[in-house]
Amino acid sequence: MLVTLLLISLLAFLAFQIIPADPVTKLLGTDYTPERAAALRHELGLDRNVLVRYLDWLAGFVTGDLGVSYSYGMPVSEVMAGKGAVTASLSVMAWLLVIAISIPLGITLARWQGRRLDRVFVAMNQVFMAIPPFFLGILFTYVFGMVLKLFVPGGFVQPEEGLGGFFGYLFFPALAIALPKAAMVTKLLRSSILNQMGQDYVRTAYSRGNSRWSVIRTHVLRNAVLPVVTFVSMTLADIVAGSIIVEQVFALPGLGRLLLASISNRDYPVVQCIVVIIAAVVVFMNYLADVVTQYIDPRIRLG
Amino acid sequence: MKKRILTLLLAAALTVALCACGGGQSSQTSQSTPADDQTAGNTGSTGEAVDGGELTVGIAADLDSSLDPHVSSSSAGTREVLFNIYEGLVKPDTQGNLVPAVAERYDVNDTADQYTFTLREGVRFHDGSEVTVGDVVYSLSRAAGLETGEPLMSTLSGIASVEATDDKTVVVTLSAPDVEFPAYMTAAVIPEGSDPADGIIGTGPFKYVSRSPQENIVMERFDDYWGEKALCAKVTFKVIEDGQTMVMSLRSGAIDLAAHLEASQVAELSDLNVLEGSMNLVQAVYLDNAEPPFDDIRVRQALCYAIDKREVIDLAGDGHGTPVGSSMYPAFGRFFDAELADYYQPDADKALQLLAEAGYNKDHPLEFTIIVPSNYTPHVDAAQVVVNLLDLLDGVVRAEIQQVEWATWYSDVYQGRQFEATVCGMDASTLTGSAMLARFVSDNAKNFIGFADADYDAAYATALADGSKLEECFDTCQQILAQQAANVYIQDLAEFVVMQPNVSGYRFYPLYVMDLACVAKTA
Amino acid sequence: MKIEHNKNFTVGAVITCFMLAVILVGMFWTPYDPNAMDGAAKRLAPCLAHPLGTDNFGRDILSRVIEGAGATFLIAAATVAIGLAAGLVIGGLTGWYGGWLDECLMRLNDAVAAFPSILLALVLIALMEPGRSSVILALGVLFVPSFARIVRAEVARQKSLDYVASARLMGAGDVRILLLHILPNIVPVLLPSVAIGFNNAVLAEASMSYLGVGVQPPDASLGRMLNEAQGYLMSAPWYALSAGAAIILLILGFGLLSEGLGGDAGA
Repeated sequence: MLVTLLLISLLAFLAFQIIPADPVTKLLGTDYTPERAAALRHELGLDRNVLVRYLDWLAGFVTGDLGVSYSYGMPVSEVMAGKGAVTASLSVMAWLLVIAISIPLGITLARWQGRRLDRVFVAMNQVFMAIPPFFLGILFTYVFGMVLKLFVPGGFVQPEEGLGGFFGYLFFPALAIALPKAAMVTKLLRSSILNQMGQDYVRTAYSRGNSRWSVIRTHVLRNAVLPVVTFVSMTLADIVAGSIIVEQVFALPGLGRLLLASISNRDYPVVQCIVVIIAAVVVFMNYLADVVTQYIDPRIRLG
Repeated sequence: MKKRILTLLLAAALTVALCACGGGQSSQTSQSTPADDQTAGNTGSTGEAVDGGELTVGIAADLDSSLDPHVSSSSAGTREVLFNIYEGLVKPDTQGNLVPAVAERYDVNDTADQYTFTLREGVRFHDGSEVTVGDVVYSLSRAAGLETGEPLMSTLSGIASVEATDDKTVVVTLSAPDVEFPAYMTAAVIPEGSDPADGIIGTGPFKYVSRSPQENIVMERFDDYWGEKALCAKVTFKVIEDGQTMVMSLRSGAIDLAAHLEASQVAELSDLNVLEGSMNLVQAVYLDNAEPPFDDIRVRQALCYAIDKREVIDLAGDGHGTPVGSSMYPAFGRFFDAELADYYQPDADKALQLLAEAGYNKDHPLEFTIIVPSNYTPHVDAAQVVVNLLDLLDGVVRAEIQQVEWATWYSDVYQGRQFEATVCGMDASTLTGSAMLARFVSDNAKNFIGFADADYDAAYATALADGSKLEECFDTCQQILAQQAANVYIQDLAEFVVMQPNVSGYRFYPLYVMDLACVAKTA
Repeated sequence: MKIEHNKNFTVGAVITCFMLAVILVGMFWTPYDPNAMDGAAKRLAPCLAHPLGTDNFGRDILSRVIEGAGATFLIAAATVAIGLAAGLVIGGLTGWYGGWLDECLMRLNDAVAAFPSILLALVLIALMEPGRSSVILALGVLFVPSFARIVRAEVARQKSLDYVASARLMGAGDVRILLLHILPNIVPVLLPSVAIGFNNAVLAEASMSYLGVGVQPPDASLGRMLNEAQGYLMSAPWYALSAGAAIILLILGFGLLSEGLGGDAGA
């Protein structure tokens, strides 16, 4: 895991050496002399060897010094303050929504397998899985924001101005991220339950005179949920990475927007930091998913 | 959650109510009209409230890292916000005339190389201290780089010395005569010995409060302002980089005011308070005159004949915009030569003929790439129309668009001069003819199109040295640019300011500034 | 179960064939020139002459959706092709030989997979000139890891099977076994992943173009159109809806197909 992260940070660092446009020219603007450019380059440490700079950055990062933003002249941690909270809240909220929607829905659909409602929902599920989150976001701004006026598009509320407003504004973006994922989980859970329903132990349970619902509730669910857990824990990583684009749709001042702005400003210290943080989350969540899978291998429980 | 929804519904109801009462007032006022008296009058007795409430203004780009008013590299977006916080000895009014600000008046000697400024009584900085001659001398010396030898503001490089002759008078001596010099005295006055990096202190109608990167900049009314006090108690500039989001935020009421919108965006907002002005820049297809294919005047002229600027204005700007034919826009008034807009009448046959002479035909088409900064929709849109118009030339011209980020455009096109053609806008930081024309003098550092014409250089030099020939020579310069087809000049873009129905008082300037002191918001 | 999957396959095939037919026709004929501007017909609502209305430049949205779908489709297909080709080579080699090569490549693989995809794409596109080919290359690189992983796992599994051993006994070389014996056997496993990969590619292209680094104007692409359409949500909602619907149809068709192909894959 650490090796992967190191590799990512190095790759990110190298990438910015090759991108056209130089942070120095961006900072100095129209009128400047070569001497001033050189002085600034020296000041920013850009005249040193790439590897030296990388090691320097790494040493700082490990000790908690994230560097200084080129375009704001303040510590990266200060630039990022508050932005991480927005992205984290959005991601967690979306993740909780995925669970809140898909678990009950998946169970209900499995219970009602074959009924008309089941078929309608299964078909709808397919469609929702095909909708890009950012398009869903555009639809939400139109329907809920402009026509129904349930929220104020672009009117983001800072957490310090009221937590209610903050989470209220995050609700629709979170829903836009969550719905396609929830559709996938619902489908997975439903077919996982139906798979279990064919097992011997289920037949035994039936033979004892249990109803379909009580069989599902007491016997099937525990086993059926296991593969879903793995998938759900991996979704969080997806959600974090995917929030970049949804933040753009809803004008949320999160890490994603900061990342895009910093790329176009050539503000490498900020970009570098965000990249490593997002990558760390992704790698860590994938690792956690692996651990969870190994921990709750269904076969062990069944035996 | 329930409570939240209730608030939302209330807010929605409120918005509807506001729209309803402003509904009849939405108006398209023309340029430079001190906005909507009707709206202000109609909102009743609270309308005149000096406590104009808190205003939220959308801006399209975050401000520069440094809010140092003397750093000339600052972007137009930063300058227009700082206009509310800092002031110079003089400042421009809505007509573009210079009016006294920190100085009460100024005098010039006969040879136009020495200017005497008399300070106004009782001007205070935001920290409460009174402005002294020491502050002025410090500010000007700092901006002109008198001690370091390196001017922070290149416009002030002509200053030889700044002296205080008594406690109310400052004398500025130039190394060469410059009749346009007072325009540069809009340079901000800051407290003696201070560095804007440590604190932003000016004398303007608003004082700086805080900023949050990529999010907002907050300023408050300065109650000890020497002149007419600002109407709003607090202004928050909200950074909204995406044009579509800006429109949405206006629609939803998340922001009260946004400037620099385009016609196509405004189409979506017709029920709000929309004012039309102009962007005060020259949009053109700028061509690299130094390299093939555009080192050939016939090719450049062919493009001028092929690209119908009115078609561009109609298609990309819904018909809003003023055609221009050279490097000057209408707000310059006495310098602007409106006739040049029709120097080249749209004529496809003539274009084809010129291209044929230059050796281009169907089998050997003229191919080039138009680079556009991707964050400027009006330029991207104009480029699309230009390509569309060139496509009509029977396949003799094949132009492609390449969008690049602003930072890349700046370093590659503007500084690196690595381009064939680019669509962008050139504006002026001061209302001086040189602000628009200096960049085409052959040895000027900003001459990114590599234009070189001896007559042009001569006419420009004469203009600066002799105030009586200023207009005549600047006109010659414009004529030369048109004749030589240095660039395919298109238009001064229309600019729209959109405000919520309860906001009024926005005024246009012939410069890129956003004066919020006279904007009022009623509950 | 079986019936359900076959139904998936049928519906998926119908949608995909429909989209493909539209795209194919669009290459030779569209109702209007997708880039032709008309000042007299700006932002028209859907009508007989323009079934999906017109955009801000008076361009016919139906024609642009058709062209945009074609562009998006081609980019996605090329992306998958690159990802698949590289994935086959890398996955095949690592799965077959294992050892330190496997270790190294898979580490790199993990790193690329963990890199925020949009950032990687932005970086790669910044290296090249923005435009169609850069998007294809950038996204192609992004798709290598997932294919490599699947191929590697499958090759490693097949390696221990009897038919490989017998082929080896008959004196077949590594390359021959990999190409002639193992490759045909992993195709059925790969097909659903190709369809899923295709969907991710459509999504990625749309996202890139939506962010403005993908297809360049005046060319149409579904993501670009969505970006433009967002500004006219109130006055011309059909603009966003048509482009969005086209993306959904593309993804839905291939999604259903992949499930039909997946057979008893379950999910």
